[in-house]
Amino acid sequence: MLYRNHILISSHTADAAAIKERFERELAARKLSGAVKVISSPDLIDDSEETLVVVYPEGTFYRGVKADDVPHIVEEHLIKGRFVKELLRCEYDDSTVPSLDRLDFFRKQQRLVLRRCGSIDPEDINDYIRTDGYQALAKVLTAMTPAEVIAEVKKAGLRGRGGAGFLTGLKWEFCAREPEKVKYLICNADEGDPGAFMDRSLLEGDPHSIIEGMTIAAYAIGASQGYIYIRAEYPLAVRRLKNAIAQAEEYGLLGENIFGSGFSFKLLIKEGAGAFVCGEETALMASIEGNRGMPRPRPPFPAQKGLWGKPTNINNVETYSNVPLILLKGADFYSSIGTEKSKGTKVFALAGRIKNTGLVEVPMGITLREIIEDIGGGVQDNRKFKAVQIGGPSGGCLPRSHLDLPVDYDSLSQAGAIMGSGGLVVMDETTCIVDVAKFFLKFTTAESCGKCVPCREGTTRMLEILEAITRGQATLHDLEVLERLARVCKNTALCGLGQTAPNPVLSTLRYFREEYEEHILQHKCRAGVCSDLIQYQIVAERCVGCQACVRVCPTGAIRGEKKAPHKIEVLDCIKCGACMEKCRFDAIIRS
Amino acid sequence: MSQVTLTIDGKEVTVEAGTTVLEAARKAAIDIPVLCYHPELRPEGACRICVVEIEGARNLPASCVTPVAPGMVVRTNTPAVREARRTNLELLLANHPQDCFTCERNNNCELQALARDLGIKKVEVKGVRRDLPLDKSGFSLVRDPNKCVLCGRCVRVCSEVQGVSVLDYADRGFEAMVYPPLKRPLDQVACVNCGQCATVCPVGAITERSDVDRVWEALADDKNHVVIQVAPAVRVSIGEELGMPPGSITTGKLVAALRRLGFHKVFDTDFTADLTIMEEGHELLERLENGGVLPMFTSCSPGWIKFIEHYHPDMLAHLSSCKSPQQMFGALAKTYYASKAGYSARDIFVVSIMPCTAKKFEAARPEMNSSGVADVDVVLTTRELGKMIREAGINFAALPEEAFDEPLGISTGAGVIFGASGGVAEAALRTIYEVVTGEELKELDFTAVRGLKGIKEAAVTLKGRTIRIAVTHGLKNADNLLKKIKAGEADYDFVEIMCCPGGCIGGGGQPIPVDREIREKRMSAIYAVDRGMELRKSHLNPAVQELYKTFLEKPLGSKSHELLHTHYQERSRV
Repeated sequence: MLYRNHILISSHTADAAAIKERFERELAARKLSGAVKVISSPDLIDDSEETLVVVYPEGTFYRGVKADDVPHIVEEHLIKGRFVKELLRCEYDDSTVPSLDRLDFFRKQQRLVLRRCGSIDPEDINDYIRTDGYQALAKVLTAMTPAEVIAEVKKAGLRGRGGAGFLTGLKWEFCAREPEKVKYLICNADEGDPGAFMDRSLLEGDPHSIIEGMTIAAYAIGASQGYIYIRAEYPLAVRRLKNAIAQAEEYGLLGENIFGSGFSFKLLIKEGAGAFVCGEETALMASIEGNRGMPRPRPPFPAQKGLWGKPTNINNVETYSNVPLILLKGADFYSSIGTEKSKGTKVFALAGRIKNTGLVEVPMGITLREIIEDIGGGVQDNRKFKAVQIGGPSGGCLPRSHLDLPVDYDSLSQAGAIMGSGGLVVMDETTCIVDVAKFFLKFTTAESCGKCVPCREGTTRMLEILEAITRGQATLHDLEVLERLARVCKNTALCGLGQTAPNPVLSTLRYFREEYEEHILQHKCRAGVCSDLIQYQIVAERCVGCQACVRVCPTGAIRGEKKAPHKIEVLDCIKCGACMEKCRFDAIIRS
Repeated sequence: MSQVTLTIDGKEVTVEAGTTVLEAARKAAIDIPVLCYHPELRPEGACRICVVEIEGARNLPASCVTPVAPGMVVRTNTPAVREARRTNLELLLANHPQDCFTCERNNNCELQALARDLGIKKVEVKGVRRDLPLDKSGFSLVRDPNKCVLCGRCVRVCSEVQGVSVLDYADRGFEAMVYPPLKRPLDQVACVNCGQCATVCPVGAITERSDVDRVWEALADDKNHVVIQVAPAVRVSIGEELGMPPGSITTGKLVAALRRLGFHKVFDTDFTADLTIMEEGHELLERLENGGVLPMFTSCSPGWIKFIEHYHPDMLAHLSSCKSPQQMFGALAKTYYASKAGYSARDIFVVSIMPCTAKKFEAARPEMNSSGVADVDVVLTTRELGKMIREAGINFAALPEEAFDEPLGISTGAGVIFGASGGVAEAALRTIYEVVTGEELKELDFTAVRGLKGIKEAAVTLKGRTIRIAVTHGLKNADNLLKKIKAGEADYDFVEIMCCPGGCIGGGGQPIPVDREIREKRMSAIYAVDRGMELRKSHLNPAVQELYKTFLEKPLGSKSHELLHTHYQERSRV
């Protein structure tokens, strides 16, 4: 069925369901149910305060919508064709349509992979088909040989979006070349970087694009069985994938003899139990096989001996999502986007001390500055930009001097970071760089599988040294040991997790060494984060004795008579900073 | 196989394709240091000690898992390599108890040797000494997780060689550790006590339970008449434990050493091995004649017995009801010998020297008390005996050759070959042939059942009936064979199964290290002993003949059943 309008409700708030219901009720009352489709969608912008409503096809967006606004929107926009000005909340003049694309957040983005997320109903295969879905598969199965598919993907220059950036077409070719009859295809949907949700958004918002991409890949390498390895912590994604698989099977787009081409492909979902290391391909395969998720040495590579010992191709969610686009629009179109060696777009999860957070999709080669300042709107509260962490726990921290670095695989890697799966955390001057390194290392230390020595023991020892530094208990010799451990772990760890675990340490040491030395030599944390190195004091002259700080102090560390200057007992103070926040007279200072 | 030429440390080396860099370097006389690598196990690549520089590689690959490639340029001794090896070793040492003085593996420890070889002067990283409880639950093995370096050799030998898989990793990261299932103690899981884990452990994280002090105490107690039996395989391995080359035949020196340690009588398990042939051989003949359950499985190997009880309990009826030679010995020592020598069963303290850790468990089985008390009091491994000999200051290599005591020290070559895989089958054939045909067997060597091949087969035709024999060793091989038999894909009359690779010469209580070459040397020593024996057929053993005449009456007689035969029980897998 064709709809006149689509209404998309994007919200974290509790009343999203109520708003959706209200829309449906109001539309029904005006006999518009068949003409307008209402969709709840994953969040377009990571904006937890407000409900966003977008009306397509024009893309008009309304912010801060309440259930009671709904009749007005229906009446004005859908029936009378006028914008509800008071809900637009953005500058607008009558000459242009206040569409989503006009937001700074979207203007520099190029949403190819995410193009359907939020604009189609992910639970309805017809919505996918209506937006050119499964056309690439039809073309591939009816008019192309596997070798032609591989050649096209190679020509497009698509590189793996999971982290390492290996050429996807080449990977497929290795697997296709194996003479073995039984082959497997795996989608790595074990997204585990803290704060990263690119894959989740795709899985929830456009599950069919992954299924289509996988089916094309399966045809190219000659696999008839595929697995989607997805973390069980993504229940909605699992549900939508299952639904999508069932619908695709029902439509004959998955399963036996697809499009009557003789090609058959079956997809199974394997839910992972949340171990970060299971995102490593050999550990992932071990997990599917029912074994402990521990990496094994390569070679043999999965393309030679993978799942159950058979040739196996593994790509991540975003990689597969790119595939239908390449086959549909052609390698020339695709390779026109991006840089010479990094083609297409990349989805990042923009987070940290930045004005606009959320998922962004940008063409390769865009600078960090454009992402942070233009799309992200710059650092919050007009603070000073300090660093950007790219690639999650395996990535690196880049300083201000690297803001004009083009975002592509090779530039990032040269600078000591990685593309990774796409985490991008912006930090301002209130962030302690040693603390950041500690945060990421804590994560990898906890997620190490424990198999190889440098990762199991080395990350633990590195973390201990970082902890000593943030407590002001380390020496410059410890810093040398830290560097040696980081170097050896990077050089000798068995799998990607261990090889990249020291990256946050190495990159911060490379760009922010003086901050480490300050902690060690001067026992100073310039960001005021390392609680062992800071002290809160009351400036007696400014204190009016209002007792506000006494009431908020969780440990009763502040003493003093009413209307007389107070004092903080150093031994009782846990340095939470609550008193400083509470004080209206700036009488409490941190040193 | 195609050949690959590469350069290692400036020298060209040509090896077969598929060879690892580590193996190729060894060919070029460069021994890259290793820890988790074991030549007989699938390489794990876990310790990262064997890292090397390879031109074009972005990091330092582990040579044990990196296959050679044409034109590859490898450097095994560069500053980066040395730093990496030392650092990774330091990381291990930082957590290690470093209680070498009191460790079972003092002076035979690969971690110790690596620290020496890699020139570790100081451990610069601060580590955390764990204080995990020791697992002393079993009769055979002790696990000390504090010493574990997580090389995974035990995990691999348990699954790859023994098919038991009772050890695996649990927990993650720094907390990762090797445990039995559900972190249960060893005596509550389906461990067969074979001790192969202890023989491959590079450190002292898995060792046999030491019973040396109990033996010293028994020897010091005047009330005891302490007799000792020595298993066939020990005479070709104790020398190795005491610094002699592998495969040294030291039967006479061993007897001399045991006398000097103070044992009142030095007997030979070979005697009851001969007796086993009489009982088991007749049991087989009876099964063949009366339509009994076939194939009949041998029952000398206690690891194998526990394995079938846990993993194939539906096949228990195939097991010979004969006790192992060790237990036959214990039962006879405390009855037949006791009455001959004028002792009661309680006066006699029986010590066994076994190549085996599972024998400790076997001796502790409650049913092994035909004499009214425990038939065997203490079982020591070859390694433990070595410790006693060293402690006593006995210069083993310089000892004279002495002979076993009579009567339980008289044996034949058929008894001694029990120590090698195929030996029981061969000994049985030598006797059965003559019993059935009444003719003298001229060609004694059944070479088809000898050697280290996983499954060996032979067929012998006796009076028109062909007896089909299979011989296997290592429980993974045994498991495969049993599955084939169950599936009807294999059909035999008699199957010899030994728990450990190579049979008892490769037992879990034997000197460390062991590899294929060492096993071969021990094995050929066993056959050399056999060749040197005056008598080589069990039924010709005069002491055995005397035993039947004066005590047991006949094979499978009522006395035999009482003393020499046993029963088995189903055990759960979890």
